[in-house]
Amino acid sequence: MHELPFVESVLKITMEQTEQAKAKRVVGVNLVIGDLASMVDESVQFYWDIVSEGTIAEGAKLHFKRLPAVFQCKDCGTKYQLDGQHLACPKCGSTRVSIVGGDEARLESIEVE
Amino acid sequence: MGTRTISIVENILDANDRIAQTNRELFDSTKTFAINFMASPGAGKTSVILRTVQYLKDRYRMAGVDGDVATTIDADRMAATGIPAVQINTGGTCHLDAVMLSGALPKLNLDETDLLIIENVGNLICPASFKLGSRLDVLIASVPEGDDKPYKYPKMYRGVQAMLLNKVDLLPYFDFDMDYFRKGVEVLNPGLSFFPVSAKTGEGLDAYIEWLTEQADSFLK
Repeated sequence: MHELPFVESVLKITMEQTEQAKAKRVVGVNLVIGDLASMVDESVQFYWDIVSEGTIAEGAKLHFKRLPAVFQCKDCGTKYQLDGQHLACPKCGSTRVSIVGGDEARLESIEVE
Repeated sequence: MGTRTISIVENILDANDRIAQTNRELFDSTKTFAINFMASPGAGKTSVILRTVQYLKDRYRMAGVDGDVATTIDADRMAATGIPAVQINTGGTCHLDAVMLSGALPKLNLDETDLLIIENVGNLICPASFKLGSRLDVLIASVPEGDDKPYKYPKMYRGVQAMLLNKVDLLPYFDFDMDYFRKGVEVLNPGLSFFPVSAKTGEGLDAYIEWLTEQADSFLK
């Protein structure tokens, strides 16, 4: 459900940019979404189809670049992806870790004519 | 005409974050300590909040904002304790955002509010993405939800300054591995203030209230 406000922001930014660029039509929208952002591609697409209807972005193709959730151990430096069961470092067991990727949900670029 | 690509630098949540900052500045100007309570549905947000009001309403001038998809049940409960309360019905949206909150604030007299309690919509996913401008973000987990929630909802556990584990009076009846739970929390949010409580029996509430009072007093002084 939080995909809706996300999609609304994507459309708003898309409209501002296309107006500035004096574009006639939006053909593609490139999104970058991390696995920790809790976004479902199908849901984003579903809302996009609704909110973009009647705009110059209607029918634009959404492209999803998915980024995995990546943690890094602060003690031994190991980078690892989550297995859904454990959060601690799989190599040394440390719980001093930081999340280095997977949080993002952003509009990277738009393709216009 | 060929296809061109336009790169976007603006962050998708910039609009929300800007309004959250405006809310924050408003709270600072009125000397209002705003606390955003987040939890899954049924974790005991309202019960914990009612307890908080019960403990602190003689010490501070309090008010509440309650976010729910529908109904005014929770705001009515807050108002029944004698504090001003405003309901925000999100109309289907699963979280409060900074705009919704800013729309509700004029209904409260913030100049005469020391402590503003914000009850977010029951949800462990969306509220984590939308800053409100609150001074404190607090997560309420509960024993029946299970000990694996930090592993399943890491973002929510990362973005808070304190957490309560509610319904600890039910620990004897659930296979809740406290070490596993705490370990998950510690990885995501090292050094997080953690309070095991039962809003029902009152167990553990003193430590939580003492901590909250310290936080509020250091802001209000």
